[in-house]
Amino acid sequence: MTLIKTSFNRRSFLKSTTLASGGMLLGFSWLASCKGKTEAELMQMPKEWFDINGFLKIGDNGIVTIMSPNPEIGQNVKTAMPMIVAEELDIAWKDVIVEQAPLNTDIFKRQLAGGSQSIRAGWQSLRMAGATARHMLIAAAAEAWQVPAKEITTSNGVLTHEASGKSANYGEMASAASLMEIPEEVELKDPKDFHIISTDRKNVDGLKIVTGKPLFGLDQKEEGMLTAMIIHPPAFGYTFKSLDAESAKAMPGIKDVFPIDVYPEGVEKQWSDGGGIAKLVAVVGESTWQCMQAKKEVKVTWEKPDKLESTATYEEALTELLDTPAKAPARKDGDFEKAFKGAAKVIERTYSAPFLSHNTMEPMNFFADVTADKAILKGPIQTPEFLEKTLASVLNMPVENIDIMMTRMGGGFGRRLYGHFGVEAAVISKKVQAPIKLVYTREDDMTQGTYRPAYKVRFKAGLDNDNNLIAWYVKGVGTNDDLIFENRFPAGAVPNYLAEKDMLQTQITTGAWRAPRSNFIAGAEQAFMDEVAEMAGKDPIDFRLELFEKAITAPVGDPKTNDYDPERYAGVLKLVKEKSNWNQNNGDKARGVSAYYCHNSYVAQVLELTMDRNKPKVDKVWCAVDCGIVINPISARNQIEGGIIDGIGHATYSQMTFKDGAPQQENFDSYHLIRNQEAPKEIETFFVDNGIDPTGLGEPSLPPIIGALANAMYKATGKRFYNQPFILEKEVVG
Amino acid sequence: MANFSIKINGKTQELEVDGSTPMLWVLRDHLNLVGTKYGCGIAQCGACTIHLDGNAVRSCQLPVSAVGEKEITTIEGLSENGDHPVQKAWLEEDVYQCGYCQAGQIMSASALLNRNPNPSDSEIEDAMNGNICRCGTYTRIKKAIKTAVASDNAS
Repeated sequence: MTLIKTSFNRRSFLKSTTLASGGMLLGFSWLASCKGKTEAELMQMPKEWFDINGFLKIGDNGIVTIMSPNPEIGQNVKTAMPMIVAEELDIAWKDVIVEQAPLNTDIFKRQLAGGSQSIRAGWQSLRMAGATARHMLIAAAAEAWQVPAKEITTSNGVLTHEASGKSANYGEMASAASLMEIPEEVELKDPKDFHIISTDRKNVDGLKIVTGKPLFGLDQKEEGMLTAMIIHPPAFGYTFKSLDAESAKAMPGIKDVFPIDVYPEGVEKQWSDGGGIAKLVAVVGESTWQCMQAKKEVKVTWEKPDKLESTATYEEALTELLDTPAKAPARKDGDFEKAFKGAAKVIERTYSAPFLSHNTMEPMNFFADVTADKAILKGPIQTPEFLEKTLASVLNMPVENIDIMMTRMGGGFGRRLYGHFGVEAAVISKKVQAPIKLVYTREDDMTQGTYRPAYKVRFKAGLDNDNNLIAWYVKGVGTNDDLIFENRFPAGAVPNYLAEKDMLQTQITTGAWRAPRSNFIAGAEQAFMDEVAEMAGKDPIDFRLELFEKAITAPVGDPKTNDYDPERYAGVLKLVKEKSNWNQNNGDKARGVSAYYCHNSYVAQVLELTMDRNKPKVDKVWCAVDCGIVINPISARNQIEGGIIDGIGHATYSQMTFKDGAPQQENFDSYHLIRNQEAPKEIETFFVDNGIDPTGLGEPSLPPIIGALANAMYKATGKRFYNQPFILEKEVVG
Repeated sequence: MANFSIKINGKTQELEVDGSTPMLWVLRDHLNLVGTKYGCGIAQCGACTIHLDGNAVRSCQLPVSAVGEKEITTIEGLSENGDHPVQKAWLEEDVYQCGYCQAGQIMSASALLNRNPNPSDSEIEDAMNGNICRCGTYTRIKKAIKTAVASDNAS
């Protein structure tokens, strides 16, 4: 057992208890989760709940409601985070009801979905929430039975005092426990005693998903609610000038059409407002279809800027930036130029990737009901706390008067970090003085993106006479982003290392897209590493392991500056080598390998494919992962599989292009997302079992797979792939 | 506006709506059957898949005026309690991540098994190719369809 101080959270727990009785949790009362339950199931529901702390309440019959604090975008934290609380509470998982917590910064820390950090950042506080409640239940039982607390044990929601033969379930002690002192310190379980963590637990929303229950933002319906849509500029750089909406306003079901100032002068914007446009046109009506029809009738005149940007412009400008000497190195070890000149063998390659749209299957949307002194918002948002801050400024309202509730999200991938649509919904609701649900069409969603930036990267490497890697250069550039993590591998493993970076400011709005930067640099680096290994005449896995060995035994520079642990990195590579029988000959099937570290987790992959004309058919992927303790293996594997398929799909098929500022892809007929036939036949995932505190899985499997794919495609075709998407649509058709 | 009488999930629904309105929006906005999802509006993603006389169709491309006497089944009507073999297989394999596309996936899969109870791998891929899953649950979708086939064969 580990003893940990609870003082940091004691204050918030106390606050939460007061707040809870004030109706803070009303919007998501347990009754809401009873919908669709049978009468027999309802009979088992508690008659009374007792708030133990902000994370959980216990019913008089022992049923426990655990609040899942963070937004759910498909990463399955809504199951995993409560599992951690339940583990320390020592309750049976079958007796747990999970509810999505609303935004409440008094109780919860970091209610944000991003950076694969929910589990890593929440680990201690979730354990503490469960352990504190368990401690208070024990204290209540000790007082009731007049026995020493340390003699009371718990198991599956039952308190037992063996010597006196007394026992009670948590429900019987819940009332007394809720009045107990919050302890100064609590005992945490020894991980070897875990019985919920590291066992397969099905998605808590599974039944609702397969039966089509209203879970998502787009499914929300409230009394008197109208539908709203927006019209945004047709090209990046355009701004609103004037509006002729007379014929649209006369259409059936249409209530109003008007321009909106989403971000008026002087408003304090947050980073999370992303690509939000200051002035738009809103269409408000009774139904979605009516609004869609009216949108076509609205005539908007846009102010055209002097300069508009196109994909071709970026291609040239990014290359020019690569060729221009950097002002200062991001990291410099030894003397790259000298070593490169003196090297026995050298190689230089340039890689590129296009803009990408997030394309969550559920388009952007948000419910808002704004009155003079109150704003109620509900919808899919990865950054509710930041949305609240912007709303406070835009609506000129204190945050206490703004309630934000989070719905399950039909995908995030970073798009819903940028909640300008929530602000738009609030401004529209305020104007029409009615509750509204803002709905983006697919076209609105795809063409007003906060896109993955376009990138280019150049690598150079030099080998000595014994084929040792003695020089490594990397320069990365991107639109509004500089791409390079200078302290990641192979920094620390190469004596002469130089990293440079720069960015190009563009009108096209860009932002975080699943595994920002890593989603391109990993694949490029691992494809280049493959070529360097080939030049050295070495097996690609052995070549990488040699470098990790150097980083372990004779690191270059101060090892603390290196943003990775070479032993864990080598560990996943060795594991995937073993599991894929790397050294075995596989006939006509081509294989590629790749390894990467990002978002605090280590991933190595071997991908095996055959080419069907010029299209890769991935037969199998072996994936080794080190994310420390795996909270929920069945769902952890799902994240790994999803990241792999996502990476293969986007690198092979997807791109956003622009002409004079206008997006050239508007829907899934022109934007190719990977489909069932194109997905790998089989993915096998292996986790390193090391008991280290857990890290995240929403992102880390995506970046390296692009390298493994490129390397396998080279083995199959003899051709290297430097530019994404690897397969352009017209080639596939032809 | 016109009046329509449509058979949905075994019940006849009386509607007053513009005849060009796609069934997708009739279901979602007028009948509050929101399990059928909007994804693209142009029959490219499959999120809005429903059954029309047992066949999988994209409800975003089906005007209410074209339904006539045909019977519609939505995800809400596939089974009483989520116990259709395909739904059970989805639960068994824990297929979903975000879950948004899965009603459409399940409707396509159940229509496939209606007409072909024992599909081959390539028949599964063909039938499911019109349903995009942005989270990338394709390997689990394929596995779950096989699980549903196996459970049907066993019963």
